[in-house]
Amino acid sequence: MLPSMIKRQTPSKVMVYLSPVLALVLTLIAGILLFLIMGVSPTAALHAFFIEPVSSFYGVTELGVKATPLILIGVALSLGFKAGVWNIGAEGQLIIGGMCGGAVALFFYEKTGFYIIPLILAAGILGGMLWATIVAFLRTQFNANEILTSLMLSYVAGLFLNLMVHGPLKDPEGYNFPESRLFSESALLPTLFEGTRLHIGFLIALVVVAVGWVLISKTLLGYQIKVMGDAPAAGEHAGFSRSKIIWITLVLSGGVAGLAGVIEVSGPIGQLLPTISPGYGFTAIIVAYVGRLHPIGVLFAAILLALTYLGGEEAQISLNLPVAVTGVFQGLLLFFLLASDVLIHYRIEFKKSLNNQQVVKS
Amino acid sequence: MEILIPALLTIITAATPLLFAALGELVTEKSGVLNLGIEGMMVMGAIIGFVTVHVTGSATLAILASLVAGALMASIFAVLVLKFHASQVPTGLALTIFGIGLSALIGQSMIGIAYDGLPVISIPLLSSIPVLGELLFKHDILVFLSIVMVFVVTWFLYRSRAGLILRAVGDSHDAAHAMGYSVIKIRFLAILFGGAMAGVGGAYLSLAYSPLWVEQMTAGRGWIALALVVFATWRPGRVLLGAYLFGGITILQLHAQALGIGIPSQVMSMLPYLATIVVLVIISSDQSKIKLNSPASLGKAFHPSR
Amino acid sequence: MNTSPPYLLELKGMRKAFPGVLATDNVDLKIKPGEVHALLGENGAGKSTLVKMIYGILKADAGSIHFNGEQVEINTPARARELGVAMVFQHFSLFDSLSVVENISLGMDHGADMDELAHEITDLSNRYGLPLDPQRHVYTLSVGERQRIEIIRCLLQKPKLLVMDEPTSVLTPQEVEKLFITLKRLSEEGMAILYISHKLNEIKALCSNATILRLGKKVDSVKVEEESTQSLAAMMMGKELKDIQHPEKSELGEVRLSLKGLDMPAKDKTGISLKAMNLDVYAGEVVGISGVAGNGQDELLAALNGEQRCVQASSIEIEGKAAGRMSPNERRLTGLASVPEKRLGHGAVPDMDLVENAFLTAFKRLGLIKSGLIDKMQTTHFAEKIIQGFSVKTPGSDVPAASLSGGNLQKFIIGRELLQNPDILIVAQPTWGVDAGAAQTIRQELRELAAKGAAVLVISQDLDELLEISDRIGAICGGRLSKFYQTSEITTEQVGMLMAGVCLEEGVLNVA
Repeated sequence: MLPSMIKRQTPSKVMVYLSPVLALVLTLIAGILLFLIMGVSPTAALHAFFIEPVSSFYGVTELGVKATPLILIGVALSLGFKAGVWNIGAEGQLIIGGMCGGAVALFFYEKTGFYIIPLILAAGILGGMLWATIVAFLRTQFNANEILTSLMLSYVAGLFLNLMVHGPLKDPEGYNFPESRLFSESALLPTLFEGTRLHIGFLIALVVVAVGWVLISKTLLGYQIKVMGDAPAAGEHAGFSRSKIIWITLVLSGGVAGLAGVIEVSGPIGQLLPTISPGYGFTAIIVAYVGRLHPIGVLFAAILLALTYLGGEEAQISLNLPVAVTGVFQGLLLFFLLASDVLIHYRIEFKKSLNNQQVVKS
Repeated sequence: MEILIPALLTIITAATPLLFAALGELVTEKSGVLNLGIEGMMVMGAIIGFVTVHVTGSATLAILASLVAGALMASIFAVLVLKFHASQVPTGLALTIFGIGLSALIGQSMIGIAYDGLPVISIPLLSSIPVLGELLFKHDILVFLSIVMVFVVTWFLYRSRAGLILRAVGDSHDAAHAMGYSVIKIRFLAILFGGAMAGVGGAYLSLAYSPLWVEQMTAGRGWIALALVVFATWRPGRVLLGAYLFGGITILQLHAQALGIGIPSQVMSMLPYLATIVVLVIISSDQSKIKLNSPASLGKAFHPSR
Repeated sequence: MNTSPPYLLELKGMRKAFPGVLATDNVDLKIKPGEVHALLGENGAGKSTLVKMIYGILKADAGSIHFNGEQVEINTPARARELGVAMVFQHFSLFDSLSVVENISLGMDHGADMDELAHEITDLSNRYGLPLDPQRHVYTLSVGERQRIEIIRCLLQKPKLLVMDEPTSVLTPQEVEKLFITLKRLSEEGMAILYISHKLNEIKALCSNATILRLGKKVDSVKVEEESTQSLAAMMMGKELKDIQHPEKSELGEVRLSLKGLDMPAKDKTGISLKAMNLDVYAGEVVGISGVAGNGQDELLAALNGEQRCVQASSIEIEGKAAGRMSPNERRLTGLASVPEKRLGHGAVPDMDLVENAFLTAFKRLGLIKSGLIDKMQTTHFAEKIIQGFSVKTPGSDVPAASLSGGNLQKFIIGRELLQNPDILIVAQPTWGVDAGAAQTIRQELRELAAKGAAVLVISQDLDELLEISDRIGAICGGRLSKFYQTSEITTEQVGMLMAGVCLEEGVLNVA
């Protein structure tokens, strides 16, 4: 008795909001099973993962710290995905952005002034945009698939950063470790609360959410994005240019990813290291989907996934769980979301026979 | 000469995992499905293969286990895409993220453990030929298998009825459905095959290429395999060519110092990725070629009207 | 005393219902061996449903099927084929990237040796005048040639009954003649043919018997020679055909739209290049362009509405201004509106609601953007006006376009363009797939728009429709336009010749 999927007359609006909730529940259940298999108490693990990290004020601010890059990149990616432009290489754009911003910060190492931070942020945005421009150019000029090009460039970006911190950007007084100098005070993002790491980058992220929301729901550009993603031929009929949308979405998401990178570097990290991101660019893909490709949804999804990062660290400390569990959780969440989404367009029915035609009685 | 043979051997070892993964994805794509989860399936094949050989000591079991692991991973993708009508791109990405995470989890206890590597098989007589013998006829079983698979896949696609049906499904799933062929079943099998091949390709990495386990040891090879399929315009023979071309790039990277090239190692490491981009650009800009050879229904969702 | 031989196929009381509609209601049908039997009816009469039940694709809710006097159950197409039924569908199931022999092999129930099969194909194609090279890849073949693949695939089964569903909608009049020769030959050899169509002239030319369906019920079964096209039409439509109200021939105004030597190379190998097109469309007239699908209609529409820019700006003139390089919205601002052939995906965005779809082509001309933001209220108002004004059946303006029926969506799209008061309207396939009542309304609206002074250009494969509503008519063939003639001064046969590329004055092909 196999369940069959019957297409609904109109998509279910309720399920659009319910599906991520369902996915979360299923992930938790799967998580409990996983913990049982690993011989860990499920309640202890779930507590470590989801409750512990936010049980103190500091914990909540850490949530904001981890969520900031996810929010930023998540909003940027959601716009692109809606347009059918698959920027999978946001990680690379983040890295280049961080690197450029960091380079500027190091350049102004001995100076002070309020102008330094805006310069750093601008450099980060430009760096990310530049890296994404390559992808846009290859796609519009040569029709090269942006999934593959942006990904390849991610690997290249990581190697590039590695090269830089081993060489030109290395701290000359630093015992030959592959890291840059620590940034000066003027190059560090001011924190919002004394004693925490939560910095103004979080506020910037919230602004981006608002801007993204207005853009996608109320502007012509947002309309163009939605049309191009659903029916490119209709977009051309309306006079929209496919390549313009590709350029705009890629360059925008590159810039925002670059911003996320420079915020990380000049915020919580405070210098340039060989790795400046635990895969935010990839996790942001999950954030975008769980957030239903909508800026407000992305905000909530980013907080959820930031929690899984913190939870993974907490679980490692208190229960000796390997950090890799976080990746498994995140992957499972996306799987369950994709599965639950079927309920938006389809109903499940259980039928006795595989053929759902009525039987003839003659 | 002393440098040459090891260098040429490097080409073969670098090409083999790519060859497996790309051949598998080629069959999947020929049926009309784009599976971006190759990286996840490969890395799971790598860890399962490694764990199996560590626990059982049997290389054969390890290879079989990695095959099954890849196929199981692929089946998750298949169920989501074919039954739950999930979009192929994010589902493939989810598979990659999940595979990388799960393999890291399983591989926790395997870090630092050594393995001697797959036994080398010398084909009698042929391997005694000077130079060529060592180059062509003295390898582990997976290298030989990868070449055999090129012929198997070619024969399957172009000389067998099942392959003809698969190509038809990839050309137009609606027409194939109207004719009574089970598009879902055929795609399911094609996806499983792709997963099995990716799993074996991953196993090669942990069992032969650098016999140990490192997190994310596939290092993007799954994505390169995807590009290879496009480069080969979906023809198995060309996949072989492409895989070995990439092998060639890898020797540049690995033997740079020995060859006296003074470029920093990071730049050399960039070469495979940059080469992939170049290859993609060259092939993709020839629109008519792509249109003629790519399966017309690739990536499109199948909604039977009945 | 002679017992007449049993009928080859007899249907009794066939009934099939779908959610919301009774597709066939108590239909009877009788066909003798060797008979050419027409199944006649409009769009939506139930012909396709009935035939799908004969071929085992659908299961009847009630009724029985008898072959040679014995009752049978036909649950699958394979079973239908076993009984000797072969079917050529309206939409072919062909694989472009595969060869003819590979395609045919796939359609057969048992695999066969490719070389043998290729021989058989060549034999059959020679015998019945359907030339076909087994090794050619389908994407290189014309529509008429592709149909031959389908027919030969059927003939290989040695069927007793050949069912053809609207076979001539994609053929030129000359290709139709060739097809009829083949069909008559098959009928002489004893094969029965069930010929589904709504084209009365063809039925008169080809068929001996006809069963007429209307709204799912059988109207009558007749001998064709005892009926006239008028009587058949009356049975088919169920009422006297009301002539279109041709408004008083208004004075033609100035030239609104002008094609001056329009050349447009094809985008790729599968496209058609437009060559040296010349045409003037005057304010107040309806000009019809007939033609078989695939002769450049899509390319022409794209050139006219701006989706494809011309090389030379002067190739297209809108009210005297060179417009060839204008964007779609620049053209809209000058008063040009268009309705593409494909509704979902081109004329409308499937997953967006009707309000958002109303915005699609109207935002510039109707100023629906205020201070950089979309004016939702105005747009909704516009969408509701369309729904009301054109009787679009929909629960509301906030449902996705994909949930509308084909005919209603078309009414919405045409309404959207008409309510923007265009000076020039170009429509492709205005009433394809639309029910008879709505089709009549649409045609009426087009005539009225012209009467108000607009220039209307209709591109359609439905020759009857064009003859009905156009003041002037011509054809597109191989990317070229024929000369245009007053509709009242040209015959159907002559239009058919134009469609095939023949130049009427000289009697020679005007295609290079």
